[in-house]
Amino acid sequence: MPSGQLFTRGLAVAWLSVIVLIPLAAVVARSTEDGLGAFWTSVTNPQAVAALKLTLLVSVVVVLVNAVTGTLIAWVLVRDDFRGKSVVNSIIDLPFALPTIVAGLTLLALYGSKSPVGINVAYTQVAVLLALLFVTLPFVVRAVQPVLLELDRDMEEAAASLGAGGLTTFRRIIFPNLVPALLAGTALGFARSVGEFGSIVLISGNIPFDTEVASVFIFGQIETDNVTGAAAVSVVLLAISVLLLTGIAALGRWGAKHER
Amino acid sequence: MGISAHDVTKRFGDFQALDRVSVDVPDGSLTALLGPSGSGKSTLLRIISGLDQPDSGSVVIAGRDVTGLPAQKRGVGFVFQHYAAFKHMTVEQNVAFGLKIRKRPKDQIRARVHELLGLVQLGGLAGRYPSQLSGGQRQRMALARALAVEPEVLLLDEPFGALDARVRKDLRQWLRELHEQVHVTTIFVTHDQEEAMEVAQQIVVMNEGRVEQVGGPRDLYEHPANRFVMGFVGPVNHLGDDELVRPHDIEVMREPADTTTRAMIERIVHLGFEVRVELLLDDGRQVQAQITREQAEDLGLQAGQLVFVRPSRSMVFTS
Repeated sequence: MPSGQLFTRGLAVAWLSVIVLIPLAAVVARSTEDGLGAFWTSVTNPQAVAALKLTLLVSVVVVLVNAVTGTLIAWVLVRDDFRGKSVVNSIIDLPFALPTIVAGLTLLALYGSKSPVGINVAYTQVAVLLALLFVTLPFVVRAVQPVLLELDRDMEEAAASLGAGGLTTFRRIIFPNLVPALLAGTALGFARSVGEFGSIVLISGNIPFDTEVASVFIFGQIETDNVTGAAAVSVVLLAISVLLLTGIAALGRWGAKHER
Repeated sequence: MGISAHDVTKRFGDFQALDRVSVDVPDGSLTALLGPSGSGKSTLLRIISGLDQPDSGSVVIAGRDVTGLPAQKRGVGFVFQHYAAFKHMTVEQNVAFGLKIRKRPKDQIRARVHELLGLVQLGGLAGRYPSQLSGGQRQRMALARALAVEPEVLLLDEPFGALDARVRKDLRQWLRELHEQVHVTTIFVTHDQEEAMEVAQQIVVMNEGRVEQVGGPRDLYEHPANRFVMGFVGPVNHLGDDELVRPHDIEVMREPADTTTRAMIERIVHLGFEVRVELLLDDGRQVQAQITREQAEDLGLQAGQLVFVRPSRSMVFTS
């Protein structure tokens, strides 16, 4: 191997190790420091289980909602033409740009006890859902939008000339071509949902067995000096994320095998 | 019967794409819409297909007035320049698409697809994806897909435009043979006069949103209606302001004769069987003569030589 290539590869591996792999390994090591028994007790603690359950359930709902609305928004941004489209297009990224704690504050101001629109969902599971929908909005939109832009319009006209109506064309021609991007956007949205903290911590109230999500639970464990318990639940979250990302990557590869 | 477009007008903003165009295509014929880019030929084809709607005018396909009907209700097969292959489907699924959405029985679909793939010589490639095919194969697949639903008419928009010259030549001949087998009324759009001449029985020459002339290949070449058609369907020389002559209608002689003009040979280009002689006339005009290699050798032509030329046949179009 040429020395230049060896050097760049070494650098990449070193960087990944320092930034990602070693910290992850440290968390895994920390979680089992008091033995596997302690690890198991930590992750099967009813409050931890409830928090993990809520996190996963809400994340799944968020992802399903996003898959539909995100595709719809991408469609409108690409295929529709209206005044102020570019403004709407830049608003999509706002949840990315906004510090999550500010997002939480904003939602609390609008949907909290002093809601100007008379909707008070503060300290309920609906609030968790709302916060996650807010912060994950851009993922599917930004994944699907470029694919839709690049999609060969001739395919749709060909389908029309063969007798397909609008719905059939969408279902059989457009949608299958969006699936890889949709999966990628969905995966990122899910990963974000599972780990979200800032936007939830204010509006959810963090009520154990009700509105407490996994990341907030972990934070609570550290506050009460149970670092091993925190690490154990972290490892579970980590495992779920890894499983999900590899699963979706595999699905995407399977789907994209015959792209272009 | 056949296809008839009547008084079709289409405007894109300030651009008049079609200006009261009327075209009749006989049932079962193979017709070319020939013209330079921007002449309106593709727009007319898309209006016939229903993919675009005219501002005014009507379209009748097989005796049925289809003006205002969307493409999916017209019973047309459309083939695109860039294939428009459904890239997430196999060749077989592509061809079956129209039949599948018509909910035909599965075994019937399979039989029809099999038959069509044989017709377009893709029998062994049914399980491939479009990305695994060459351009020519993709276009043949697109043609089979369009034919699968037994359309009243087949419309091809620059079907060979994206292919390289060799494949294009093969497919021209193949298309003509295919038309003899299936006999569906066919219109294809091209900007290549040679392609139109070689494939079509009838050619509609278009320019600037209007029809210039309609006729058979020989008819157009021998009796062009105007200066534009003469210049578009073959090479021409300008003698005087209104007189046009084809290069092969210029006689080249060593000695002066009745009505000849003196000319200097600037360059001789060998084209195989024929030779193109580039000449400079006394009045400063440049003309090209096309003669056989044998004639050129007999005359002993060389660059720089003085010769005498006259048109054996020319056409005059007063502007």
